[in-house]
Amino acid sequence: MAASTDTGVDLRTRLQTWLPKLVLSPSLAIMLVFVYGFIAFTIYLSFTDSRMLPSFGWVGWDNYDRLFRIREWNTAISNLAVFATLYIGISTLIGLSLAIFLDQKIRGEGVLRPIFLYPMALSFIVTGTAWKWFLDPAIGLENTMQLWGWESFSFTWIKDREMAIYTVVIAAVWQSSGFVMAMFLAGLRGIDNEILKAAQIDGASNWNLYRRIILPQLRPAFLSAFVILSHLAIKSYDLVIALTGGGPGNATALPATFMYSYTFTRNQMGIGAASAVIMLMTIAAIMVPYLYAELKEKK
Amino acid sequence: MAVASADTAIRTSRITRAFIYLFLLLFALFYLLPFGIMLVNSLKPLSEITGGNMIALPQDWTIAPWLSAWSTAQIGVEPTGLRPYFINSLVMAIPAVVLSTVVGALNGYVLTKWQFRGSTIIFGLLLFSCFIPFQIVLIPMARILGLLDIAGTTPGLILVHFVYGIGFTTLYFRNYYAAFPTELVRAAQIDGAGFFQIFWRIMLPSSGPIIAVSFIWQFTNIWNDFLFGASFASGGSAPMTVALNNLVNSSTGVREYNVHFAGAIMAAAPTLLVYIVAGRYFVRGLMAGSVKG
Repeated sequence: MAASTDTGVDLRTRLQTWLPKLVLSPSLAIMLVFVYGFIAFTIYLSFTDSRMLPSFGWVGWDNYDRLFRIREWNTAISNLAVFATLYIGISTLIGLSLAIFLDQKIRGEGVLRPIFLYPMALSFIVTGTAWKWFLDPAIGLENTMQLWGWESFSFTWIKDREMAIYTVVIAAVWQSSGFVMAMFLAGLRGIDNEILKAAQIDGASNWNLYRRIILPQLRPAFLSAFVILSHLAIKSYDLVIALTGGGPGNATALPATFMYSYTFTRNQMGIGAASAVIMLMTIAAIMVPYLYAELKEKK
Repeated sequence: MAVASADTAIRTSRITRAFIYLFLLLFALFYLLPFGIMLVNSLKPLSEITGGNMIALPQDWTIAPWLSAWSTAQIGVEPTGLRPYFINSLVMAIPAVVLSTVVGALNGYVLTKWQFRGSTIIFGLLLFSCFIPFQIVLIPMARILGLLDIAGTTPGLILVHFVYGIGFTTLYFRNYYAAFPTELVRAAQIDGAGFFQIFWRIMLPSSGPIIAVSFIWQFTNIWNDFLFGASFASGGSAPMTVALNNLVNSSTGVREYNVHFAGAIMAAAPTLLVYIVAGRYFVRGLMAGSVKG
């Protein structure tokens, strides 16, 4: 009798120690298959002669060699460089300015803040549709300005091979700068006012307060904004599809649109896989050190 | 914290303040304009858009574009309107949101209150999955969906969104439960409460806010997804974003801009509604996804 309850308790405690691992294991299994297994598979495919379907003839670095000799890929890479730089830079600048200004005991902050932030709730397809038309010379901004009497007003960037990538920047900044504002605002609200008051008594100007005390304390917010925006930039796909379709020609192609078109419409799966691997490596180079530092800090 | 101390101690002159207000109002206009004008123009007949000023209010107010976008517009080859795709998106998003939230809650609970050797590494592996470019999984995912015989279907998309949502939901619940007093859990354990009992009786009742964050954020992400929808849904099972893109970029016939605008607003409505009703949680989700801890 006593012995049987003992084993019962024993079993129960053993189950209790195993249960947490058991609960976590399906997620771990899913991750190992659907994330890390898939990554391994795509990396493997990038070294094969896959065309329309995966095939397993080993071709070494051929796909990477060819990839960097494809003109559209080089366009996509340089577009990404231009897009990411401007997108991150302008979003940070606007977000920081809005946050600093909103932090000055502004009347109506409760109305303004949600207005700045709402585009983040929209799909990039909706954003793209709205801006595509707003920037369309025939019916959008240009037409309106001309109807208002500014006959010579011209704004045809979206139809211009040289300038179209900047319209993607405008729409993307519109969508995410409010989000950057929210991050900086949270940072600003966390700064101890006593330090500021002390510095004011010492005669520091507002400019110096921001430059010497406040901005340095926002470093974590700058870092987070940079990491989030850069990974969004590299993943950008929907917005380009909805706004320009990658055009005119392929003037606004980005790595994400390149990958999709080579893999699924041009049946060059090996090359598509190679481009996806390059995208992953770029993001990993930014995210892994960041996540590592964040997790280490926690302990 | 008092309201006054939430703001900065910086003092500004009158002229500076005038400039600040002007700057803020200009940006409010910048954010409102594209969407606002789209809304106004969705209520105009087509002739007023192609022949008129986009800023002007409609002369003939009409809801015909909305009716057309909802039930008769040509999407791809079928003149079905956006309604079936709207329903597709709901049927896809709701189960994926619920499933990923449940799993995320359990994961977060284990990762904070039942840590074991290697659990931080597991969390790191889960966390990295939030940030991978999904292009890296498109090809094998298409194969797996084919093997499971759910390629091109809504259940297939539910699976995809569930799988790639776990990382984020785990992150939310882990950060939230990390602040929950572990002593309470240990005390309950000594009283003989088991793993699930503690979760059910102690953790869940205080998880309201983070469940809201997880629901809202997952719903927004899944509803707004385009890449997976475009890659893995075919024809009639396409989600709303894909259908909208088909509507706007269809090359046949006259471009009915007013119908496109009505459709775009329909695609935006659910997430916008969530944002208006529960914006507080939305902002919290943004923060949890960016500033960990």
